[in-house]
Amino acid sequence: MMVRVYVTLKSGVLDPQGLTIQKALATLGYSEAAGVRQGKYFEIEWQGDSGAEGRRRVEAIAAEVLSNPVIESYRIDWS
Amino acid sequence: MKTAVVVFPGSNCDHDAEHVCKTVLGAEVRQVWHMDRDLGPADLVVLPGGFSYGDYLRTGAIARFSPVMESVREFAGRGGFVLGICNGFQILQEAGLLPGAMLRNSGLKFVCRHVHLRVERTDTPFTSKYRVGAVLSIPIAHNEGNFYASAEDLESLEKNRQVIFRYSSAAGEADAASNPNGSLHDIAGIVNRRGNVLGMMPHPERASEPQLGSDDGRPLFESILAAVAERVEATV
Repeated sequence: MMVRVYVTLKSGVLDPQGLTIQKALATLGYSEAAGVRQGKYFEIEWQGDSGAEGRRRVEAIAAEVLSNPVIESYRIDWS
Repeated sequence: MKTAVVVFPGSNCDHDAEHVCKTVLGAEVRQVWHMDRDLGPADLVVLPGGFSYGDYLRTGAIARFSPVMESVREFAGRGGFVLGICNGFQILQEAGLLPGAMLRNSGLKFVCRHVHLRVERTDTPFTSKYRVGAVLSIPIAHNEGNFYASAEDLESLEKNRQVIFRYSSAAGEADAASNPNGSLHDIAGIVNRRGNVLGMMPHPERASEPQLGSDDGRPLFESILAAVAERVEATV
């Protein structure tokens, strides 16, 4: 099973990379892109339980390893 | 003074830190591999600069799970002096021993040059040999040194006087033009509430001998030496 984890900077945290990308897009004529936030995307090949216990374990991975709660939030996608 | 310099895979300032402690200060130094749990008889633990675990995921994110970090946490909990330089600072933040986190530099470039730092406090074991307001010339070398903390954490840092070094002009003015990486409140170095753990992005170990262009970092190590001597005296 593939579990996808998206890690993004919290709103309010400056994202110098996203800002630069947004400016580059405007220069290229894509002025509709009013804001860009860059994040991280993880694909985890999960061979464990996908019930409550498995979800708790993936949650722990996302919260304690893949993201830093000071600056980032995460979203987990089971599919 | 007995010093333990922790070596992670990817540390690259471990020998510089050892050199300053041993050759310049005359302290006893042992390097401690990150898989070891035994720090030995240490008065000071240094987490050196570098790129622990290649800085993969986030700077310091993987290093903080190293077995040695449990011992560093205990050591700090007992009041032992811990100095985290550059990547060492990032590891201390990831480990929760110091607040905040480092973002990419606002200019998106790795910055490697001497900067000016203003000393904010001298009543700490790390800065007693300086004077308040002194301006130091010490190099930085990092890509993620843009200090960030939530508004509440920033307020608490300032209220508890935990900011020890700020980026400043040569005249000691902390302003946007002198801030090399976008750090909030021009923060270059902070201590924990108890004052025994210091994290700083600039490299005092690269500025402790005149041959290196500056020895402004040396009083920091001499301050620790004096604080350790005071402790030893107090226990005799």
